[in-house]
Parts: sequence; structure tokens; C-alpha cells
Amino acid sequence: MTYILKPQLHHPKLPTNSLGYTRRDYEGSVSTLCAGCGHDSISAAIIQACFELELPPHRVAKLSGIGCSSKTPDYFLGNSHGFNTVHGRMPSVLTGANLANRDLIYLGVSGDGDSASIGLGQFAHAIRRSVNMLYIVENNGVYGLTKGQFSATSDKGSKSKRGVVNTDAGIDMVSLALQMGATFVGRSFSGDKDQLVPLIKAGLSHKGAAFIDCISPCVQFNNHNGSTKSFDYVREHNEAVNRLDVITPRDEIKVDYKPGETVRVQQHDGSVLSLHKLNELYNPNSRAQALGYLQARQARGQIVTGLLFVDPKAGDLHDAVDTVETPLNQLNEHELVPGQTALARINQSLR
Amino acid sequence: MQRTREVGADYFHKVVDCQWACPAHTPVPEYIRLIADGRYADAYMINWKSNVFPGVLGRTCDRPCEPACRRGRVEEEPVAICRLKRVAADNKGDVEGRMPPPVSHSNGKRVALVGCGPASLTVARDLAPLGYQITIFDGETKSAGMIRSQIPRFRLPEEVIDEEVGYIAALGGIEMKFGHRIDSLKALLAEGYDAVFVGSGAPRGRDLDIPGRAEAAANVHIGIDWLSSVSFGHIEKIGKRVIVLGGGNTAMDCCRTSRRLGGESVKVIVRSGFEEMKASPWEKEDAMHEDIPILNFRVPKAFTHENGKLTGVVFEVVKAEYDERGRRRLVPSGEPDEHHECDDVLVAVGQENAFPWIEDDIGLEFDEWHMPKVDAASFQSTIPNVFFGGDAAFGPKNIIWAVAHGHEAAVSIHKFCQGQDVADRPPPGATLVSQKMGIHEWSYDNDVSNDLRYRVPMRDKAEALASVRLEVELGFDRELGLKEAQRCLNCDVQTVFADKLCIECDACVDICPMDCITFTEEGEEDDLRGRLKAPAVNLTQDLYVSGKLPTGRVMAKDEDVCLHCGLCAERCPTGAWDMQKFYLEMTHAGGCNA
Repeated sequence: MTYILKPQLHHPKLPTNSLGYTRRDYEGSVSTLCAGCGHDSISAAIIQACFELELPPHRVAKLSGIGCSSKTPDYFLGNSHGFNTVHGRMPSVLTGANLANRDLIYLGVSGDGDSASIGLGQFAHAIRRSVNMLYIVENNGVYGLTKGQFSATSDKGSKSKRGVVNTDAGIDMVSLALQMGATFVGRSFSGDKDQLVPLIKAGLSHKGAAFIDCISPCVQFNNHNGSTKSFDYVREHNEAVNRLDVITPRDEIKVDYKPGETVRVQQHDGSVLSLHKLNELYNPNSRAQALGYLQARQARGQIVTGLLFVDPKAGDLHDAVDTVETPLNQLNEHELVPGQTALARINQSLR
Repeated sequence: MQRTREVGADYFHKVVDCQWACPAHTPVPEYIRLIADGRYADAYMINWKSNVFPGVLGRTCDRPCEPACRRGRVEEEPVAICRLKRVAADNKGDVEGRMPPPVSHSNGKRVALVGCGPASLTVARDLAPLGYQITIFDGETKSAGMIRSQIPRFRLPEEVIDEEVGYIAALGGIEMKFGHRIDSLKALLAEGYDAVFVGSGAPRGRDLDIPGRAEAAANVHIGIDWLSSVSFGHIEKIGKRVIVLGGGNTAMDCCRTSRRLGGESVKVIVRSGFEEMKASPWEKEDAMHEDIPILNFRVPKAFTHENGKLTGVVFEVVKAEYDERGRRRLVPSGEPDEHHECDDVLVAVGQENAFPWIEDDIGLEFDEWHMPKVDAASFQSTIPNVFFGGDAAFGPKNIIWAVAHGHEAAVSIHKFCQGQDVADRPPPGATLVSQKMGIHEWSYDNDVSNDLRYRVPMRDKAEALASVRLEVELGFDRELGLKEAQRCLNCDVQTVFADKLCIECDACVDICPMDCITFTEEGEEDDLRGRLKAPAVNLTQDLYVSGKLPTGRVMAKDEDVCLHCGLCAERCPTGAWDMQKFYLEMTHAGGCNA
């Protein structure tokens, strides 16, 4: 834990975005997590992504549950809305907030305990309802706050720091999200910001339920030999299927690869996901293929990363329940209390 | 790019910009920390050891350290290093007990020092404790050379000079012969000294030979001679209207002194543009604060006079033109000449060396500019036992350079007298020690202050202008001194990286407030500089590069704007980063590294 504030001084050439903010303006308070925690790298990636997307901080709502990962929203976007919920209940609070105010950009941050154990049901239902959000699980495969027990995402056969072998099957959050109908699914690694930052940008600009499983080594309790979530293990077994560039409508398209190597996907907000294929057989538009590929690679001990599935035409919960376009807090009395005639008409329609 | 290795002390020394820029290489951050800690006497002694005149320099130094200060690159203004030195001097209390005890033995060697200015006094300070019998000759009636004669009392009180010369005199073995001008080096050498050191300065003020000079002579004065006469109390008044010609620090001292001796309308008129003037920016500011206008691009053409009395100066108005090589030329602007009326003129257009007392036939060689041939490292002349230093060696500079020369010349004299090779220079002493006290605790205050530079309190203008002997700057008090000291970034506490411990978790990259650290593919320096997290465009600052890490990448840190806040080391899970204090001390004569 660091006791001093991060100095306000910054690099004299630090760039600003069109809102006049530097990357530093998207920071939060100094992290109180253990030194070297993967979660801090994910926070840094979120900061970078929001800066590059030029998001006005006050238009972002960050929600989390309980755990090391759920502490992190304090460490980024210090000028955004935030909510720490009861353990595992972030998805329903986020769903409620989203229904009440559809104008905000929702970022759910959770961990493997919060989302795969106590909150597994909440997680599944928020995904299947297509709540418009980016849901990031900072997945370290261990209960760090309670000193190192296996979590529900620990792989079978993985060894704890004290040498105990895990006998339970691990939950694969990516497969689960795919099965629950997530319309944007990715996996990344806290130690690879080149991959993670564009994924977060794409997820934030996706309409519908976007999910990123981010492997984040716990340096304190899960970074040893025998762990399948250590820096070394993830680096050795990482199989990235593609490399992503997010091109916002403002950007000039610069990076280009040979035809056939790149797939372009246009999202609802006009942003273009330019996917450079690293594995030419992998098709990120097919849910079924994605599931099959993941299973096959997982059986070989590989960790598949990248943008694994995206449905650019997805809708969200508001489309499904046909809610009013205006956020509820902006509706005025006239709209909220339409009068006797309107009530009579509604009653009549229900008879 | 090659991994940064421990190639001598230079790599880390260069990171400490202020110390690197200081001619005497004073360990600046160390004494600033001591000031912040209220340990003024300790801070003073570090200075005393390194630059001999902390009280004098804390008021008058040309401060090459300040333009170099990293704070000026990450914020607006550098730390007020010079005036902090004065805080140490003002608050040190009695330090006599900390001075070397008077020497009790003699090593049988006799050394003559010509001139009693800062260079000679430094030589005396370094050699006296080694048992040398030292004789200092000076034509003036008092010690300290230009420190006393040319720097006005309102900038430097006489007590400060007397005190600091006193510490040297108290070392024993030093005889000071005042009113004894050396007029023959040949005769001096004949007295059989083992070594002679020439620290006689650049004592001749340049004159301005334009029409009317002879006729108006009574009211046209050479700047440094006039300042000296004021200092020694021979001159107490000047006319109401004064023109100072010249744009250096001497001109600034002349005009400000004039304001205190009855000058009501005092102007500085200079050939060059305002920006190119040789005077330090703060000295120009101080002059303008005292209602002294500085008129630029005016070349003096003639002194006007009536009945043998000066009436004014005629100036040609010029402008600057630059040729394709960027060299400046002053050409007539076409505007009519200007006549500025005045009662007195002070000429401060430069100083020259003069060695009329060195005979041609004694084997001392001079170069084409009539300067003695002096070795730049050993300060030895072409007569093996004659050494030069200060302005006498390489022309007019300033006190801190004179001190640096003095130290080096003393090393040479000692080596020479021991029969050793003067070309063999002793390396500086350097240590690198971890500052880690606990998991996130350091032995230095790593919390970076956001304060802007504090201004030194000044005496009320009307009161200050009433007397030439009243010090105009009041100096920082302890409280302000503490606040200013906290602005120091502790650049001597170095970020030291151990490749073998790094697990490439990115924690240091994420926390670094200045984007100094990058993990990237190996490359040549030019290429590497361009693809760091923040491109490293300041080529005067080094890159700190690790060896290959497990992923095949290297760690590259741009030293340019590092705040030395230690957050990289605090957030490092494996201790690959550590904050280590680099302490470099120059080796003086007889030092243990010699």
C-alpha cells in the first residue's frame, strides 16, 4: 500500500483529448491493493481506454460488488458515478440503474468470487437480459482477501501457494457468457495492455451485454509454479486469436493489413472494430464456433484470448421492454402524470 | 541499445542535474534535505567542504545549478537552490567546533598564492590542513579579492566575507600579506617557494575609447574600479543623472550602487538586445525593480562635454541582423542618433586579464590571446611549479568557478610537492545506498510538493535605496526555507533497477506519474527514444536501459522528468526497483581517494 498521493505533476508533453482532458484526469485515488496486483494494470487499461474514447467522466457509471477487484473502481475515473453493492449483487443494481438512466455508460467491475460464486446467478441473468454494459471480471482464480483459497474459476489440477491441488472443476466465465447470450465476449490478460485497451474500448462502445474475462495474476497468492493464473503460465499458454484496433468515427483509418487478414465490424455507435486475424480459421461472428474452439483449446491447456465473439447488430434490454427514450430522471410531471383520460385508456386496453 | 551499466559514477551523477552543473559539484539535494530537517549546521558544512564560501555564494552565486534543475522541466521554475544555501548559512549557529582544528605540524613545503580572492583562498583552505606553509600576497588592504571589492555591500554584507575568510585563516599555517602587490613573478620564484599559485583575477576593466573620453574624464569611471572605491569607502556620492554602459552583472551592480549614492535617474544602456545581455535574469529584474530602465540596441558614439564637464552620451540606434549561420550583427537602424544627458557615466563593458608582472624570459608561455598556457585539468602552467586558477586562468567567470579551479589546483600542487604526476587526477568518492526503511517507507520524504517557487523577501525599496551598506534581500526565514526546500525532487535518490527480479507486471509503468518507464522491444537508442510511453526528446538526458527480461523485452526509463517519488519502487512486488541515494563528493587535496 502506498501512503502518498500520486504527484499531480505530469509529463510536460502529456497529450489531451478533444475534451481537454489528459489521461491523468481519468485516474482515481492511489491503489491500496498489493504492489504488483494485476488489477492495477486493468485499472490503468480502463483509464487509457476512457481517455482514448474521449468519454466525459461524468457520463460513466462504474459499479462493483465486493472483493479486491471490486475495490478498484476507486482507483480509476475519480470523477464518474460509482456504486459498491452487496457481494455479488452488482449486476442487479447495474440493471436497475441502466433502466432508470439509459444515457450513462455502464461499467461493471467484478471478480471471480463476486461473479462466479456468490453472484453467479446475478451475472448470468444480467447477461441474458442484454443489459447495455461492459462487464469486466478481474479473474485471478483465488480468494485474495481471505488469504488464498481456490475460487470457482481455479482450474482443476491447479496448485495453491501451499501446494494443495484443486479437485473441483473451474467455471469458465467466457463459455458461460457465450451460453447466456452475451453479444460481445473477449478475454485478455492484465499483463498485455496492447490487447486489453482496445478490447475495453470496443466493449464500452458495444450496445448490449459486453463481457471481458481478464486474467489478472494475484502476486500475493497465485503467482507461483503450479498456478494456472500466474504471469509466467499465462504468458506461456496465451493464444491470441486476433489483434483489435478500435476506430472511432473521429479517427482516421491508418493501420491496414493485407486483404483477407483483417475483418471490419461496424458497431451501433459508428465505431469500427478492425480485427487483425492471428489465427486465420477463427471467426468471431459465430457463437457456436467460438464455443467449440474454446473447448478444444482449453482441453489442450491453452488460454484463448482476444475478441472471441461479437454481434454488432445486437439490441439491449431497453429495446426488449420498449422503455421510453428519455432517462427517467429527466421525465417531467406532465409525462409522468398523464391524467385521467390516459389512465382510462390504459384501463380500457386491459379489459 | 546497451544495457546501462555501472560505468563509474558519471551515469548517476548526471541524473543529479544541479550537482552535475555545479563547477564544484556540491551535493545539492543532500544539503537541501538537511535544511528541510532543520539541520542547518550540517547543511552548511557540506557546502563549506565543497564550495568554501556558502554564505557568500548563497547571496552572489551565478547559480549554474538552477537552470539545470529538473523542477524547471516538470513545473515552471527551478528550486531556489542558491537562496537555500543562504538559509543554511544564516541559521547554522556556531560552527567553529566543526572546522578542522588548527594545523599543528608543518610538512616543510612553502606555497605562495598571488591574490587573495576566492581561487587562492580555496587553495589555502585545501592545503593548510596538510601542513603547507602558505603565504598569500594581495595589493589591497583586505582579503577576498573581487568578493569584497566588486560585489556591493547591499548584496553581500562585509561580516559574511570576514566570517568565511576567518574560517580559512584559522586553519593555521597561512600568512596573509596585504598591501603587498607582486610586481615580478621572477622575483617571487627566486624566493624558493615549492609552488606558486596565481589567483590574481581579471583586474582590468575595459575602457571605452570614443570621442570626448579624455575631455570628460572626470565624470567617466571604469565600473569595477569605481565599485571597488565604493566598497573601500573612497567614493560616497555620484551625480543625480547616471548612465551605465554595459549589460553584464557588473553593470547591474554599478546601476544599483548609483541609486544608493544619490543617483536619481539611473539608466543602463546596452549595445545588444535585452535578451542577449550577459547579466543574469534575476539581476536585471532586481535593477528594474529599483526603477532603473534598461535601454537596448544603442551603441555609444561619443561623450558630450561643456567646459571640460561631461554633459551626456550620444548613441547610435542599431538593430540585430542574423546571417545564415545565425551569427548576430548589429547594423544601423536608420533612426536618428540619441543624446542622453547625464552627470556621470560608469563603463562596465568587460574585464581583461593583465599580467604586466610576469616577465617574458622566465619560461612561462602565453597563448595568442595573451593568456598563460594552463592545463585545463591540472591548472599547471608551462613552469611546472606555477599554477593558475580563477579568472587568471581562463578569463572572467565567477566565484563558483574560481572555487572549482582552486580545488583542482590544490590537488595538483599537493601532488607536485609529493613528487607525483599532476595529470593523474583522483576520482570522486561515490556511494549508492538503498533508502528503504520499511515496505513503503523511505528515509527521504518522497511526497512531491506542489508549491511554486517562493520569492525571497526584500527590504522595502525606499529603505533599501537609502544606504549602500544595507542588505536588500532579507533571505528566506526558516519557514519559507522549509517550504522551498520541500520543492526539491531529491534527484540524488536514484531509481535503481535489478533485471533479475522483474516479473514484468507493469505496476511501475502504471503508477509512474511522469510516464518515464516503458517495457518494449530492444532497439538502438534513436529508435528506442521514439517509441517510449512518452517520447524521450531531451537528448541531454540519458535513457536507463535494462538487460533482456524473460519476455524478451527490455525496461527503458527516460531520466528526463523523473520526480524521484519512488512510486515505482513502492508498487514493485519483487523489489526490482529500489530507491538508492547516490552521494558524490569531489576529492580534494590529500583526500582519501587521492
